[in-house]
Amino acid sequence: MILVVIEHQHGALKDINFELLTLAHKLARSRNEEVATVILGSNPVSFIDAVTSFVNKIFVIEDSNLENFNNYLYINYLSKLITEQKPNLILIGHTGQGIDFAPYLASSLNLPIITDIFDAEFSDDKILARRTMYGGKLNAKVLTSAIPAILTVRQGSFEKNLSPITSQAHVERLTLTVDSCELEKSKFLGYTEAPSTGIDITKADVIVAVGRGIKEEKNLALVEEFAQEIGGTLACTRPIIDAGWLPKDRQVGSSGKTVKPKLYIALGISGAFQHISGMKSSELIIAVNKDPEAPIFSVAHYGVVADLFKVLPALAAKIKELKKR
Amino acid sequence: MEIFVCLKLVPNTQDTEVRIDSSKRDILKVRLSYTINEADDYALEAALQLKEKVGGQITVITVGEAQADEMLRMALAKGADQAIRLSDEVFTNFRYDPLTIAYLLAKAISQYKYDLILTGAIASDDGYSAVGPALAGFLKIPSAAYVTYLELIDNQRLKVSRELEGGLLENKELALPCVLSIQTGINKPRYASILGIKRASSKPLTVLNAGQLNVNQKDLKMFIDLVEMYYPEIVSKAQIISGNEEEISEKLALIIKEKVGL
Ligand SMILES: Cc1cc2nc3c(=O)[nH]c(=O)nc-3n(C[C@H](O)[C@H](O)[C@H](O)COP(=O)(O)OP(=O)(O)OC[C@H]3O[C@@H](n4cnc5c(N)ncnc54)[C@H](O)[C@@H]3O)c2cc1C
Ligand SMILES: Nc1ncnc2c1ncn2[C@@H]1O[C@H](COP(=O)(O)O)[C@@H](O)[C@H]1O
Repeated sequence: MILVVIEHQHGALKDINFELLTLAHKLARSRNEEVATVILGSNPVSFIDAVTSFVNKIFVIEDSNLENFNNYLYINYLSKLITEQKPNLILIGHTGQGIDFAPYLASSLNLPIITDIFDAEFSDDKILARRTMYGGKLNAKVLTSAIPAILTVRQGSFEKNLSPITSQAHVERLTLTVDSCELEKSKFLGYTEAPSTGIDITKADVIVAVGRGIKEEKNLALVEEFAQEIGGTLACTRPIIDAGWLPKDRQVGSSGKTVKPKLYIALGISGAFQHISGMKSSELIIAVNKDPEAPIFSVAHYGVVADLFKVLPALAAKIKELKKR
Repeated sequence: MEIFVCLKLVPNTQDTEVRIDSSKRDILKVRLSYTINEADDYALEAALQLKEKVGGQITVITVGEAQADEMLRMALAKGADQAIRLSDEVFTNFRYDPLTIAYLLAKAISQYKYDLILTGAIASDDGYSAVGPALAGFLKIPSAAYVTYLELIDNQRLKVSRELEGGLLENKELALPCVLSIQTGINKPRYASILGIKRASSKPLTVLNAGQLNVNQKDLKMFIDLVEMYYPEIVSKAQIISGNEEEISEKLALIIKEKVGL
């Protein structure tokens, strides 16, 4: 059995669930495994309907405390389920939720785990998975010592549109309990939206984005000037936010904003997955980076391998000149 | 408050080429410099700020070779009280297995009294994001990953925010002892002072091997291992624009003009 742990937030299912199911189907076909899913929630009916044709079996764990994600509850419930049902493989999204319980589950059940994978196959009675290292500069094949094993899967690695395998899955409701004293140890309080200063970079047609290659805060002025010249909005990678050089609502990427402007100019940005996932659908991407092997060049349409401090002033002057003509 | 901070020494690879060595299981390290993993620096700072507020003791701990001592000394210089390095020939076989690393850290930390354990959210080399939560699993204590805010409620409880997709924060309350994996940007890591560096040399740095950790070779299980590294397929669709600055900017300006007008 291949078990997919369903992720939901604010009462809605995420795309990652269907991506996980695509991988589950692929792996199940290769070994004749059943595909099962587990839904932990306070009101799981609509979730059941959404996945029922894609799995053979649905385990439902209903608990009013599960309206919102709680890693401690997930770990408690899933440990019991996995011990009872003995799936060969457990698939979890490599998301803010998934990473909050998958490695914990692995260590408490003594199961191998490979995190942030983008592909996987059975290899005898082991799992061979592929993942990136060094911020996307290298890939690696990683092998588990055995199954059962846990994988957390990188978002966007698999197709989210998939074909049904049944008309209706078998639903099994589980009545498991968790000690209320345990609940006190890890309490959900609520969600807070990311702070906003009123600039909405998702509405911009042209984005000029800077990364750590900008080196110092004072160099931002240069980029800002250029952005103004071409009518662009300034955005950035996470390290620029971390350093406090720009406010959070300028951050592009998985923990920031997803943007799809007509033009995205990436300056001194390496192109880590977490950044690329927020800008790769831009219509036209131009990247300037002095490292010819920077992963950003794998999504850019035009690349310039050069020092941004040399290119930018020349480019700004050229733009001025063009505008005068 | 007894705080442990897990630190990892990593190669600086952001601005340089990364080459695979002949074993295919590691990178060529000759010309690389080493540094504390970025997120760990934030974790250490979070510990220092807590200690300044409520007092207590900070222990920094790493699984690694002698090369990591400089990183540990720097943490002592910033204000940590003692350092522990877990080092044994057999440990190096497990360097790609986050569960074994977490197990070793758990074995060491459980020999002491602890209220709070901090790790980084992710190591910049292997990028598993797994050691922190896995460590909590071995110790059977609550945990939170990707923490971007933390506040002590009293000496038994902690309020934290953790980061989800889109920058959405999940706020929660945790009972101590617990493990937090700390995300970058949570604070502003300090630099060590000259005085701190002087003081650090007299602070204890203990090296523990498998025997001292009560770890038997047989207890160590290889959960996962790296088979080989390979270069990502060049999926690059980027058309590289070359020339001198003048030529490059000429071409770029025209591309920009054509796309968005000026
Ligand atoms: C859970 C999680 C969520 C994350 N969310 C996000 C997110 O939403 N957005 C995001 O951006 N990151 C995010 N990150 C961080 C991400 O993994 C990378 O660390 C980050 O994107 C790197 O930013 P960077 O490209 O600016 O810096 P680096 O990776 O340091 O790259 C700097 C680049 O600048 C180049 N450079 C240096 N000097 C010059 C010069 N003079 N001229 C030209 N090029 C130069 C270098 O060659 C290098 O490629 C997240 C990480 C985690 C773990
Ligand atoms: N060898 C190690 N020694 C000490 N701490 C480590 C080690 N490896 C990982 N960690 C900690 O675990 C965090 C996450 O690492 P990883 O799970 O490898 O991404 C790091 O930021 C460190 O705080």
